[in-house]
Amino acid sequence: MRNLLLALRNLLRNRRRTLSTLLAIVVGTQSILLFGGYSRGIIYGTQTEFVKRSGHLQIQRKGYYLYGGGNPAAYGISDYQQIIDAVQHDPVLAPMLTVVTPTLQLGGIAGNFAAGVSRTVIGTGIDVDDQNKLQAWNDYGFPAINNGKPLSLTGTAPDAAVVGMGVARVLHLCRKLKVPDCKQEAPPDPAPPPESANAAAAPADISDLARGEPGEPAANDSAARIEVLAADTHGAPNVVSLSVVEAGNQGIKELDDVFLMMHLEEAQRLIYGRSAPQVTGIVVQLQHTGQIAPARARLRELLAASFPGQELDVLDFATINPTYGQFISFFNAIFGFIAILMGVIVLFTVSNTMNTSIVERTVEIGTLRAIGMRRRGIQMLFIYEGLVLGILGVVLGVMITLLLAAVVNHSGLSYVPPGRVDQVLYFIWLSGKQNLLFILGIAATLILLVMGSAWWPAHRAAKMEIVNALRHV
Amino acid sequence: MHPIVLKNVGKTYKLDAVDIPALIDINLEIRGNCFTVISGPSGSGKTTLLNLMGCLDRPDQGEILIAGQPVKDLSDDALSDFRARNLGFIFQNFNLLPVLTAYENVEYPLLLAQVPAKVRRDRVRSLLDAVGLSDKAGHRPGQLSGGQRQRVAIARALSPEPKVVFADEPTANLDSETGSAIIALMRRIQRDHHVSFIFSSHDPKVMLQADDSMQIRDGRIISVERGAAAEGSA
Ligand SMILES: Nc1ncnc2c1ncn2[C@@H]1O[C@H](COP(=O)(O)OP(=O)(O)OP(=O)(O)O)[C@@H](O)[C@H]1O
Ligand SMILES: [Mg+2]
Repeated sequence: MRNLLLALRNLLRNRRRTLSTLLAIVVGTQSILLFGGYSRGIIYGTQTEFVKRSGHLQIQRKGYYLYGGGNPAAYGISDYQQIIDAVQHDPVLAPMLTVVTPTLQLGGIAGNFAAGVSRTVIGTGIDVDDQNKLQAWNDYGFPAINNGKPLSLTGTAPDAAVVGMGVARVLHLCRKLKVPDCKQEAPPDPAPPPESANAAAAPADISDLARGEPGEPAANDSAARIEVLAADTHGAPNVVSLSVVEAGNQGIKELDDVFLMMHLEEAQRLIYGRSAPQVTGIVVQLQHTGQIAPARARLRELLAASFPGQELDVLDFATINPTYGQFISFFNAIFGFIAILMGVIVLFTVSNTMNTSIVERTVEIGTLRAIGMRRRGIQMLFIYEGLVLGILGVVLGVMITLLLAAVVNHSGLSYVPPGRVDQVLYFIWLSGKQNLLFILGIAATLILLVMGSAWWPAHRAAKMEIVNALRHV
Repeated sequence: MHPIVLKNVGKTYKLDAVDIPALIDINLEIRGNCFTVISGPSGSGKTTLLNLMGCLDRPDQGEILIAGQPVKDLSDDALSDFRARNLGFIFQNFNLLPVLTAYENVEYPLLLAQVPAKVRRDRVRSLLDAVGLSDKAGHRPGQLSGGQRQRVAIARALSPEPKVVFADEPTANLDSETGSAIIALMRRIQRDHHVSFIFSSHDPKVMLQADDSMQIRDGRIISVERGAAAEGSA
């Protein structure tokens, strides 16, 4: 304590120099923490998005991830309801689980045959209630923008679907679905395209297929209807007619252009027809991301023991969404660069300050040595000054950073991130207990760095010859 | 036993390629409980000699015994501890720590010698009293005159109760009146505390006060005059 006070007094001797050094430490701390908070916001925000969309783990047929994308028929999981039950009632897994829900992914062609347009889509069949539960995941306490808003499919008819805005544009559904930026769409009451004079309705073979399906709702002119064509388990074409209830922005253009979401039963009807329905994935969402490893281990054990007939694999969200890992390494690289840059600046500023101060106090150092202070004592004198400088600068820096972060987070400033089509709010994630360790870690590292920057000058001071130091003018 | 004995001590400074012999073959005994003055022209080697006796520097030749102990073999740390317990220093430029008050400056050597708090307090109070600065205890050096600063420095030098106090031209930066007062104070304190004081000075007033007086010229002792002061009282 006495040493710290002495250090503080010595620092106050040259206030201007101390202040400018503090400023460097404060700015360094700020830059590191602000960028750290920003990149953590993006990394954990992305993670939250992935987990909300597709859970932490997915049970799939072996090889589905690499080879099965276009072939749900060959990689379907049968008896999936039993698997889900087993997972949900497993004593090890149960306490970790939030949602276990089946999904069916399929590739197909969506057509608005009334307008003579079609495009390939990637469709997902989902259980709406389960998906709404998935969407509620917010383990990091993010101020989520559309939290609590249920999926548009909630409470809709069995043939309802949601498409991406890109899909809606291509399928000339802009007007009906109120999609912005649709200049190319034909005006109301378009003249039928010349080459399809008989295409006011779907081609006969397509409508035949659709008519064969049970529960076909009555045609409704005001609804946006599409037909989705896919290959069934036997490779034969099958069609369902869907009523599009909404065109939603999926954030990423590539996804927005192929996105189709429908009720699981409808998707199963399209792929498996009247044979036993299957799914391509069972989404498992956990309470915490940290539970992935034990949960996966237990899942593998359980699946191998109870369902040896199907070769099942358990993939985590980072494997299924490789961009997640790319985000992390990208931001970590920039963060590392900024941290090192700032660290070097702080190091040089502090050691320069210390060197100047040591030269100025050479006679003092000689005097202290003369009256019996050991070399180590001299060194500690300056290291303590580094410590005080570090604590002051870093604490100040952290406080200002938290303030700035709060200002930014409440400012409503937004930007369009690369690869996305929607606005994202600037968000610096430094609040909450998940960030405490991060902030403390950075703070402690910086304080140690400042102390370390004082170490070498202090070592030089300690090595001075007493008589030379006393002769110094 | 003499507090300080020098045997064939030599010290040479090396400046670039030139050797500057600052002290040549010094044989010297400092008597205990005495006021010893070393005088000589500028550059004669007074400071060098004091630095060697004060264990601030090591000789190139010869041997120095302090209180009978050869200091040559002591490590740097041991020498520091030795200085902290046994030696006091007064400087021409006072060399007080500017961030510490008069009280704290006097207390500082006691902290280095790890003296308990109560002893520290008593000793600092009585020393400030002895140098007539009780009322300035809370002042920093910047708020004190040159004479007052040197009095604080005297109190600091005496606080660890050293056996020997070294003072290299302690009055050179003071006007003659203040200088005389400081010399008188040191003389009084030297008697009251039964310590040895070793001075360097060209000041005739200082030499008049001396028990023992030594002349140095070109790095050699050219005369030693011993007064009547009794060593036995130490
Ligand atoms: N660090 C050093 N490097 C080189 N030469 C030195 C050094 N210190 C002292 N000298 C030389 O040693 C000699 C003795 O110096 P010293 O300082 O002991 O003299 P002094 O008697 O104290 O003089 P003054 O009365 O001016 O203080 C001088 O010639 C000086 O130039
Ligand atoms: Mg000198």
